[in-house]
Amino acid sequence: MSAPAASIGRPRSRAADSLGSFGRDHAWTLGLLVFLAVLLLFTKFVNHNYDLKSLASTATAVLPLALAAVAQAVVVISGGIDLSVSAQMALTSCVAATLMKENPGDGTAVAIVIGVLLLGMLLGAINGGLVVVTRVPDIVVTLATSFVWAGFALLVRPAPGGSAAGWLKDLVVGPLIPGVDFVPKAAVLLVVIVAVIWIPLSRARLGLSLYAIGSNRLAAFRSGVPVNRTKLLSYIITGFIAAFAGLSLTASTGIGSPVPEPTYTLVSIGAVVLGGVSLAGGVGGVFGPLVAVVVLQLIRDDMTFMHVDSNYGLVAQGFILIGVLMAGSLIQMRRRRT
Amino acid sequence: MTATATVTAAATTNGLLLEATDVSKTYGAVVALDHASLSVRPGEVHALMGANGAGKSTLVKILTGAVTPDSGRIVVRGRERMSHSPADARRNGLVSVYQEPAVILDLDIRDNLRLTSTPLEPFRHWLNELGLANLSLTRLARRLPLASLRIVDLARALAIEPDVLLLDEITAALPANLTELVLRVVQQQGNDRAVIFISHRLIEIAAICDRATVLRNGETVGVVDVTAGSEDKIVDLMLGEGAVALGQQVASVVAAAAQADRQPRVSAQALSDGRRLHDATFDLYPGEVLGVVALEGQGQDELFDLLSGAERPAAGTLSVDGKPVSFRHPADAIRKGMVFVAADRAEALLMQRSVRENISLPFSARLTQWGWINLGREGKKVDEAVATLQIDARAGSEVRRLSGGNQQKVTIARWVASGVKTMLCFDPTRGIDIRTKTQIYILLRDLAAAGAAILLYTSELKEIQLACDRVIVIFGGQVVAEMPAAGADEATLLRAAHNLKPGAALPEEVVAATSADKAAVEAAIQADVDGGSAAPVEQP
Repeated sequence: MSAPAASIGRPRSRAADSLGSFGRDHAWTLGLLVFLAVLLLFTKFVNHNYDLKSLASTATAVLPLALAAVAQAVVVISGGIDLSVSAQMALTSCVAATLMKENPGDGTAVAIVIGVLLLGMLLGAINGGLVVVTRVPDIVVTLATSFVWAGFALLVRPAPGGSAAGWLKDLVVGPLIPGVDFVPKAAVLLVVIVAVIWIPLSRARLGLSLYAIGSNRLAAFRSGVPVNRTKLLSYIITGFIAAFAGLSLTASTGIGSPVPEPTYTLVSIGAVVLGGVSLAGGVGGVFGPLVAVVVLQLIRDDMTFMHVDSNYGLVAQGFILIGVLMAGSLIQMRRRRT
Repeated sequence: MTATATVTAAATTNGLLLEATDVSKTYGAVVALDHASLSVRPGEVHALMGANGAGKSTLVKILTGAVTPDSGRIVVRGRERMSHSPADARRNGLVSVYQEPAVILDLDIRDNLRLTSTPLEPFRHWLNELGLANLSLTRLARRLPLASLRIVDLARALAIEPDVLLLDEITAALPANLTELVLRVVQQQGNDRAVIFISHRLIEIAAICDRATVLRNGETVGVVDVTAGSEDKIVDLMLGEGAVALGQQVASVVAAAAQADRQPRVSAQALSDGRRLHDATFDLYPGEVLGVVALEGQGQDELFDLLSGAERPAAGTLSVDGKPVSFRHPADAIRKGMVFVAADRAEALLMQRSVRENISLPFSARLTQWGWINLGREGKKVDEAVATLQIDARAGSEVRRLSGGNQQKVTIARWVASGVKTMLCFDPTRGIDIRTKTQIYILLRDLAAAGAAILLYTSELKEIQLACDRVIVIFGGQVVAEMPAAGADEATLLRAAHNLKPGAALPEEVVAATSADKAAVEAAIQADVDGGSAAPVEQP
């Protein structure tokens, strides 16, 4: 019986310990990066013309999805789930495109963008408020609100249309520095948005609280975390990032489309899971899901390069998702046993 | 605000650090606390005692803001301070540590400290005191053993330097050497602060506490200065008057078990799960109901897990009908005729399905029998079981609409219908009304009379005499006592469950009665007490 106390603090150098634990704690993301590298080699193999510029265009294409995945990751880490992400994107995108239809001045356009971001936070606040107050499960509340947001989007824009301010389009289309094709503006924008929102958040007590309520509500409550307020904030952050995703749709297409693309929600959940975030909450980050979004997009591109029927492509994509997740949980299970 | 607060302070300053008065809380018809009170002086370690359901945990939850009372006031350092959340309680100077550490497993230790705004230096200091000097703060909490997490949780609470520290059963699951350190640290707390200490182990109370408040049925029934011999007084207060006379009436029904010449149905030899259960040795004979009595967390949960095949033993042997068995899965146990009835009906029943489907589940669950379920043959057995158990099946289309008592009867009926040989009942009457309880006990007696062997753990001690032939007592993972149920009144059982011998003086008897491992701790505590200035046990 005297063993536990002796074995608790092993005399090991702290640096080695923290390096080792970094490897363990981020093993999933590291594994995913390796998978991405293999996938890139495979892409080069099936399409010899694939170069840095093509990679840049892939990065541009995934911008809305990447933002949707980050939005989803925040709420899933906090132990929730948001099925209304794609509907929030459609609504914010339509509102932005409609308000910018008359080609307003730059000042007005900036005001519109800020207003749309506030709208996203409001949608998130309604989602989170309903979850906290009614105690109806997150999945039910956000499924219901997804119909509401989609309905509003159709009221705002019965048909696709509107327009985007020129500078907004410039923000996501093309390379950052003319001539340097492999640094797309979209990727830089993504990094900036994520860096500005996520990094301060994850360092702040709020970020810890998000993980805490996702990991164990009771322990979080007993640790003095305001559980309901944190839950509400997680949905507000998700709504805020979903509004960015909606704006990026408007910017990249130049219009607002009222019919939400349900795949944004589903792929965002897939990317979150593939990116190492536990659907049970409390585990993961936003970097993994970002890598996962690129992986999923590359798989789709490879199918196109190999001239696979796009329907078979979907099937293959699903199987790859299952295969990677199974391999991951098998590795984790084996490690736990030893 | 400040002015009035000062006035109140002047009015109520009576040297008390914490004073809770007239605290009441009801849940529906259940009175959890009935004008309970608690006063804690600065510098003392104050024990909060009471049997299961006496209201201890409700009072702790109210003090720490997890539950809002219906009435009552709480005064900390002369100021009225009612807490509305654990964060609020912390600001009011009340911090608690529970048996389950409030540590976020997915964060590392440093982040856990940041989450609670705990200063690092004092945390390190207390970690050293508690023997975890080498702990790396960047370790993910999930990767630490549970015992270390309890220590981390305690060190974190100590580092905040609360006015009142509440320790709720934290020693219940600690290894002996850590328990010793924890008790020593608890005693080191300064003169202007206090500790409220909750433990089922009277030996710990005797060793470190200055006073004890005893709750019974939600009321404060006494405040005792902890001195030599006060353990018996505490136990008497916990039980209340007239408890001794209870429950004699059914004892005569209990058949005398003459088991000397028979083979046991189930025989456990030095059974251990490697964690809480160390050395469970007992025999269970056909035709008897064997009661099991234990305080919370003494290894009884683990014992039932091992017997029912949910866990595999780390050591020891289990024999059924004289042959050693090793269960890999509950299905193995069921094949040997060992079935489990849990306290929580939700664990056993398909709540949205009918009574009949639930009862016939053991038949249809056999995967070797594909194809149509033989409704005629099984229907008859199900009908018989429903009739035998007097299940009120009017709401039979969905089990969840039945009362708790009827649900429990369904879980038992299922095994009756499939012909039970050994039934392992873990607190089967928890939260069930008295009438249905009696029916369940009569049923268990009938099953035993028909040759079944029944192991019955119950948290309500007076039920032992009502339903059992013999009773074993588990303490610290071992069977420490065995007696005929006829002589096992509540007081005897409660003493045995605290590992006290009837009428014996503490602590020599206890030390002698326990294993070498436990004796070592208690000797250490004793040495600590002898060496320390505040030696409650030594006072005349």
